[in-house]
Amino acid sequence: MRIVCPFCGERELGEFTYLGDAKPVRPAAGAGADAVYDYVYLRDNIAGVMSENWYHGGGCRAWLKVTRNTLTHEISAIEPAAGAGAAKVGA
Amino acid sequence: MAGGQTNRLNNGGLIDRSAPLNFRFDGKSFSGFEGDTLASALVANGVKLVGRSFKYHRPRGILTAGSEEPNALVELRTGARREPNTKATTAELYEGLEAASQNRWPSLRFDVMSVNQLFSPIFVAGFYYKTFMWPAKFWEAIYEPAIRRAAGLGRAAGVADPDHYDKAWAHCDVLIAGSGPAGLAAALAAGRSGARVILCEEDFAFGGRLLSDGGTIDGLPAAEWLSRALAELAAMPDVRILTRTTLFGVYDGGTYGALERVNDHMPSPPEHQVRQRMWRIVAKRYVVAAGALERPIVFAGNDTPGVMMASAMRTYVGRYAAVPAKRIALFTNNEDGWRTVETALGAGLQIAAVIDARPDVSPSHRSLASRNGFTVLHGSVSGVDGGKDGVRKIAVSLTGGARAEVEADGLAVSGGWNPAVGLTSYHRGRPKWRDDIAAFVPDGAPPGMVAAGAANGDFGLGACLAKGFAAGVAAAHGAGHSGKAGTAPVANDEAFSLTPLWHVAGKGKAFVDYQHDVTASDIELAQREGFESVEHLKRYTTLGMATDQGKTSNVAGLAIMAAVTGKSIPETGTTIYRPPYVPVAIGAFAGHHRDETFHATRLTPSHHWAAEQGAVFVDTGLWKRAQWYPRAGEKDWLESVTREVKAVRSGVGFCDVSTLGKIDVHGLDAGAFLDRVYINTFSNLAVGKARYGLMLREDGIVYDDGTTSRLAEDHYFLTTTTAKAGLVMQHLEFCRQVLFPELDVQLTSVSDQWAQFSIAGPKTRDLLKEIVDPAEDLSNEGFPFMGAREVALRGGIKARLFRISFSGEMAFEISVPARYGEAMARNLMLAGEPFGVTPYGTEALGVMRIEKGHVAGPELNGTTTAADLGLGKMTSTKKDFIGRVMAGREALVAPDRQVVVGVKPTDRARRLRSGAHIIPKGQTPGPGNDQGYVTSVCFSPTSDQWIGLALVERGRERIGEIVHAHDPIRAEDYDVELCNPVFYDPDGGRQRG
Repeated sequence: MRIVCPFCGERELGEFTYLGDAKPVRPAAGAGADAVYDYVYLRDNIAGVMSENWYHGGGCRAWLKVTRNTLTHEISAIEPAAGAGAAKVGA
Repeated sequence: MAGGQTNRLNNGGLIDRSAPLNFRFDGKSFSGFEGDTLASALVANGVKLVGRSFKYHRPRGILTAGSEEPNALVELRTGARREPNTKATTAELYEGLEAASQNRWPSLRFDVMSVNQLFSPIFVAGFYYKTFMWPAKFWEAIYEPAIRRAAGLGRAAGVADPDHYDKAWAHCDVLIAGSGPAGLAAALAAGRSGARVILCEEDFAFGGRLLSDGGTIDGLPAAEWLSRALAELAAMPDVRILTRTTLFGVYDGGTYGALERVNDHMPSPPEHQVRQRMWRIVAKRYVVAAGALERPIVFAGNDTPGVMMASAMRTYVGRYAAVPAKRIALFTNNEDGWRTVETALGAGLQIAAVIDARPDVSPSHRSLASRNGFTVLHGSVSGVDGGKDGVRKIAVSLTGGARAEVEADGLAVSGGWNPAVGLTSYHRGRPKWRDDIAAFVPDGAPPGMVAAGAANGDFGLGACLAKGFAAGVAAAHGAGHSGKAGTAPVANDEAFSLTPLWHVAGKGKAFVDYQHDVTASDIELAQREGFESVEHLKRYTTLGMATDQGKTSNVAGLAIMAAVTGKSIPETGTTIYRPPYVPVAIGAFAGHHRDETFHATRLTPSHHWAAEQGAVFVDTGLWKRAQWYPRAGEKDWLESVTREVKAVRSGVGFCDVSTLGKIDVHGLDAGAFLDRVYINTFSNLAVGKARYGLMLREDGIVYDDGTTSRLAEDHYFLTTTTAKAGLVMQHLEFCRQVLFPELDVQLTSVSDQWAQFSIAGPKTRDLLKEIVDPAEDLSNEGFPFMGAREVALRGGIKARLFRISFSGEMAFEISVPARYGEAMARNLMLAGEPFGVTPYGTEALGVMRIEKGHVAGPELNGTTTAADLGLGKMTSTKKDFIGRVMAGREALVAPDRQVVVGVKPTDRARRLRSGAHIIPKGQTPGPGNDQGYVTSVCFSPTSDQWIGLALVERGRERIGEIVHAHDPIRAEDYDVELCNPVFYDPDGGRQRG
C-alpha cells in the first residue's frame, strides 16, 4: 500500500503506523463515564469505506485521517489531523 | 552426437558447444553445454528417470521445460548451499554442478518406499483425515513422523545459509512481465513512447516461445528480429531489463514483488555479491505478458518417464538440441501440438504416430503423415506401458471403440494452453472462461494492470505482437507518455483449433497433480464424499497445493470435477489465486535482516569508551547498554555489580542514561498540554524545577513515567522510559494533533541529540565541581533537590543539569550535546579519579532502584494502575487528563488489587527469583489462592541479602506478613516477608543532602 502524505508526498506503507477508526471523538471533561467508555472501547470495523487514523512516524510525524476501503485498500482521501503541521500560534 | 551426450543433436540449438560443462547427478558424472538447464543436460545425456513422486514414490521424468515443472525436482548443490525442490527445468547448468534426486531410498532406481503403491488404496484423497486416527496418542509419536519420512520432498541444508540476499526498490512508468513476443512488443512501444520501463524475464534468455518455436517477424527470422529488438531496447536509457527475474506478487497501490536470481547460475556467488535480490517495484502501469502454460491430458500412466508436454519437447529439441525420445508419439486435441511433429521431423527424429482426439485433421497433416510414414489415429491414449526406463508402448482407444498400440520411447502431450492468470488474479480478480480456447483468461485485474498476448488468450504470434504493442502504447499513455511508438511488428497467426479433452477413462492411475500425486479418481472420490466446491476439493485432495501451485493441474482438476458434477467449468469456478507465483526463499524476503543485522543497533554516546573499559553489554530494544564493568579478579557478574553499587553508595559513580526518550515541549500551552497527558500537574511547576510524572492510557492503566523539567516559561524537557521512547512520542503527537489541536504546543524528539549521564553518590558534588564552570552554584541552596537548569561546563560547553535521583543517592543527571557524550565519560573518569569514581551499568542501576523501591518496566507492565504502584496520591482531582475517567472504574479501584510491596526471604541466605508466585502461608499452591508474583529481584549489597518487589493482593495492608513463594518453573518453595518496598533510606535524606 502507498499513502500520499500531505506534507511528504507518496510514501510506502512501512513508514506509517495504523491506529484505527478515526470517528470517535474524545468526550469533554464532564461527559461522564458512559461516554468515555464508548469512546475508549466502541470502534467500528467496517468492511468497506472507513475513516482511519494513520501516523507518519517514518516521515514528518503527522497524524493523518485516511479514508480507505478496507476491502480493496483503495484510499479516496487523506487529510492531516487538525493539529498537524505548523504551529497554531495566534490562530 | 556430441561427446558422451548420447541424446544431443550435432547442430542447432541455443547452446554453446565450445563451452562444455561437467556436472554430477546422483553422484554420476555427465557433461552439458553453456546455455543448458540441468533438465536439458539430463535429456541430452539420455536420463529419463529424475525423481520419485511425493506419495506413491512412482518413477518420474521431466514433464515441462519451465517453472511450472511438477516432477523434476532436485536437491541442488551440497552442504550449506543444498537447496531442495529446485526445478531442474529452470536450474542453469554451471561447471561442477551437483544435484541429487529426492524422495527415494536407497537410490532412485531401487526405491524401497515405492511399495507405497501397493498400499495406494490407503493413500486416497483425504487419507490423513481417515486413517492413522486411533489410538490418538499414536499420531504424534508414530504416525506423523513415519508419514513425514515417507512422503516428503527434498531435505533442507540443516545449517545456516552462507549467502547474502539483497532487497531493493525500483520505480517505473511501465512494468512488463515476460520477454516473449508480446512483452518485447510492449517494451518497444512503451520505451519509444518515452516511458520509464522495467522488463522482467524469468528465463536467462529473452524471447519466450520464440527461442523454441521460431517464426517470421517483419519478414525476418525470429532470432534476427529478437536480437534487433533487444539492441533497440538496450539503447534506450530509460528501459531497464532484468533477466532471471520472476514477478511473483502483486500488492496494493501498484507495488509488485520480483525475485532476481542474481547468482543462482554460479556455483556460489562471487565475493561481495548477493545470491538473490528481492525487488519491490512501484509502477504506474503493468503489462502482464507472462505467456501461457501447455496443459496435460489426464490418462492412465500419464506420469511415466518419457511422457512430456509437446511444447516442452519442442523446447528441448529446438532450443537445447537435446532429444527426449527418438521415436515419438504425439497425443493432442489441438492444432498447436502438431508443431512438435514438425520440429521433431526437422531434427531427424522419428514420429511413431499422432493420436488426435479431434474428429478430423487437416489434409496437410495427412500428407505430412504419409510423407513421413507415420499413422494418424483418431482417439485417445488410454494407457502407457513403461516404467522407470521410460515409455515402451502406448495403448490407444480409437474413436468408435477399437483399440490400437503404438511402439514409442516418448509421448508428447498437448491438451491446449492455459493463460498464466495468476498475476492478474492476486487481488481476487476471477478469471473468465473462453469457450473458443477452452481456457480461463484474465478478468478483474487491479487498476493499471493489463494482460497481453498468450497471457490474455491470444496465442498466435501475430496477435501476441499486435496486442503486446498496443498494450505498451496504452500503458505509456496512461503513465503520461505519448511519444512516437511507430508501428507494431507483424507476423502471421498459427492455426489453433481445439476440441476440449481433459480426462481419458482407463485402467491405472491417471494423474492430475503430479507433484502431490492427486489422481482423477481422487477427485471423483472427493465429489462422492461431498467436497464439490473447488476450495474444498483443493484442500481435501491437496490438488494444486504443492510447490508448483498446480500450474499444470488446477484447470484439469476442476474440469474433471465439473464433469462428475454435471456442471460447466465456469460454473465450477477457480480457487483464489495467491502470490507468490513461484516459490521464494525466506532468505530473500529477509534480505540483510538476519543475525546481527536483523534490526538496527543503537549505540549510546559513551559506547566505545565503555567497550574500552571491558563493559559487558546487554540488548535493550535496539540499544546496546553497558550492563556492568568487570574488573580483573572478579569471579562473576554479581561481584562486579555489588562493587559498583557499594562504590556509588559510598563515593561516586556514573552511568550513561542517554537511552531515555527525550522530548522538548515548546509553546505557550506547553504546561496545559502536559497537564492533560500526565495524572499530575505541570503547569504550576516553577521554571528551573523538575517533577516526576506518570502517564496513563485512556483506559486508566499506567503507560509510562519519567521526569519533566521546566527550563523556561514556554519550554519543558520531558523524559520517557527507554522502552517507550518512540511510542510516547507517537502518543503525545496524537494528543497534540488529534485530541487537543487548539493548544499552542510543539514537540521535538531530542533523544539522539543529548547524551545524558547519571552521576550519583555522596561525592557527586566534588566530581561535578571539576566538570562544571566554577561560577555555577551547586550547593544545596543554589541547586536544591529537583532543581533543573542550563549550566556552563569548564571550557564553555552548555549542558543541562538536573538534580534528580533514581538511585536514592545525592545525584545529578547531566545532558550534553550527543557529540560530547564520549568526551564527558572520559572527563568524568579523569576528574573523578581522586574520588574513586566508578562507572556503573544497568545492573547496578537496577539494584539501586529496587533498593529504593522505584518502579520500572516489570511493574509498569500494562496491568497496573497508579494506585497499584503506590503513586495514587499523585493523581490530580482538579483537571481532566488522559485516562482519568476509566481509572475510576470499579475494578481498577477495587480494594483487593495486587499492589507493589517489598519482599525478602525469611532465610537471609536464600536467593530470590522473579516470577515466583505469592501464596498465603500454609496453603497448597494453586490458581485459586495465587495472590500475585515477584516482579523484580536483586542482591542488595546494602541489605546484604536478596530483596525484591512484588505485586501482591492488598500488599500494603499486609506489611510484616510471612507468605509463601512458589516457583513451579524452578521447583522452588520458600517463605518471604512482605515489607515496605523502600529498602534504602526511606525518608529520602540522602538524595536531598
